[in-house]
Amino acid sequence: MSLVMDILTICAVSAGALFFLAGTVGLLRFPDTLTRLHALTKVDNLGLGLIVLGLLPQTSSLLAVKLVIVWLLVQLSGAVVTQLIAGAVRQHGADG
Amino acid sequence: MSIASVFDVALVALILAIGASTILVRKAFAAVVMFVVYGLLLSIAWVRLHAVDVALTEAAIGGGMTGLLLLGAVARSRSVNVGGPWIGRPARLATCALCALVVAGLAIAMLHPPEVIPTLAPTVMESLPQSGLGNPVAGVLFVFRALDTLLEKVVLLLALLGVWSLAPDRAWGGMPGLHVYARSDPTLIFLAQLLPPVGIVFGIYMCWVGAKDPGGAFQGGTVLAAMWLLVIVAGLQKAPAIGRLWLRGLLVAGPVLFLAIGLAGWVFADAFLAYPAGYAKPLIVAVEAALTLSIAVALGMLAAGPPERAQQQ
Repeated sequence: MSLVMDILTICAVSAGALFFLAGTVGLLRFPDTLTRLHALTKVDNLGLGLIVLGLLPQTSSLLAVKLVIVWLLVQLSGAVVTQLIAGAVRQHGADG
Repeated sequence: MSIASVFDVALVALILAIGASTILVRKAFAAVVMFVVYGLLLSIAWVRLHAVDVALTEAAIGGGMTGLLLLGAVARSRSVNVGGPWIGRPARLATCALCALVVAGLAIAMLHPPEVIPTLAPTVMESLPQSGLGNPVAGVLFVFRALDTLLEKVVLLLALLGVWSLAPDRAWGGMPGLHVYARSDPTLIFLAQLLPPVGIVFGIYMCWVGAKDPGGAFQGGTVLAAMWLLVIVAGLQKAPAIGRLWLRGLLVAGPVLFLAIGLAGWVFADAFLAYPAGYAKPLIVAVEAALTLSIAVALGMLAAGPPERAQQQ
């Protein structure tokens, strides 16, 4: 059973790390602010989500709840900040 | 080399690079963003050194609150629209020389450590159970070096007085302007309605757990201050006028309680800031609770800036 859990952890954390890599490449390579924000939100959402998912089988239940709360809070702040930046860009342009 | 040491070396290289770019970058806004990143990386470094208390403080104060204050300063200097003060060559050279002196001193201390590193850690761990606390950092802050902690809180009040003293005479006792922050926005209001219940519980938890585990008044107070500012910036609540009695009461509540308990130590224990046997932990928790509130209000008002509008009755 623990082998299955370890494989799950390795797969999920690796996939999460891949999302972080892809999101960073997107942040550096995408042409304008809105598409760069799009790349970043994938990192918050899926990258961190997969890493948390992968770590869940390795922790106690209390720590697992904390990990999920961290993920939810990062999602909330990421979503709000993305909205605010996108709104500012729309109003004032990318330099304002 | 193990994975952990590869990580550590990469982290140190990253911290040095970010630190250098904080200085080298030309725009003030970019420098502040770099400084915040620097603070967050530094807090990871403290975790690697097993100093979780310091890491929490660095993330909350070094990354968060100082970053916010600096962003406010950048926005203000933009809105005032004066070129930065001209710094002449002698002043620059003097600054450079003094910085080099500090670096040289640190380098000598690091490169030639004494044979036996002086430490009081075993003594602290030996005497800690007497205080009833479980966290040695809280023990040092509130039992062994309580005077330093008390003065630190007074310094925070002095800093706030410094900010307030920038107010024009007609606005004295009035409300902070807050014009440096973004105008209210539906998304921000949504966050300001959703996050504070979570943040307030978390701030109180951080203060409470500080007696036993990493955490404490400063970290908890910073989280509370952040929640307060979020609500004010979103426009759900007005910033209080600085002349309000409750505001000033909250500001001094922590230091005054700390000082009162310290003075009572002369009567009930044998020295200033000594706790009577058996009552140490409840007294410390009470002081921490009051300090958390005072720190939250002081940091919130620091970030809100000097008063700009006269108080409307």
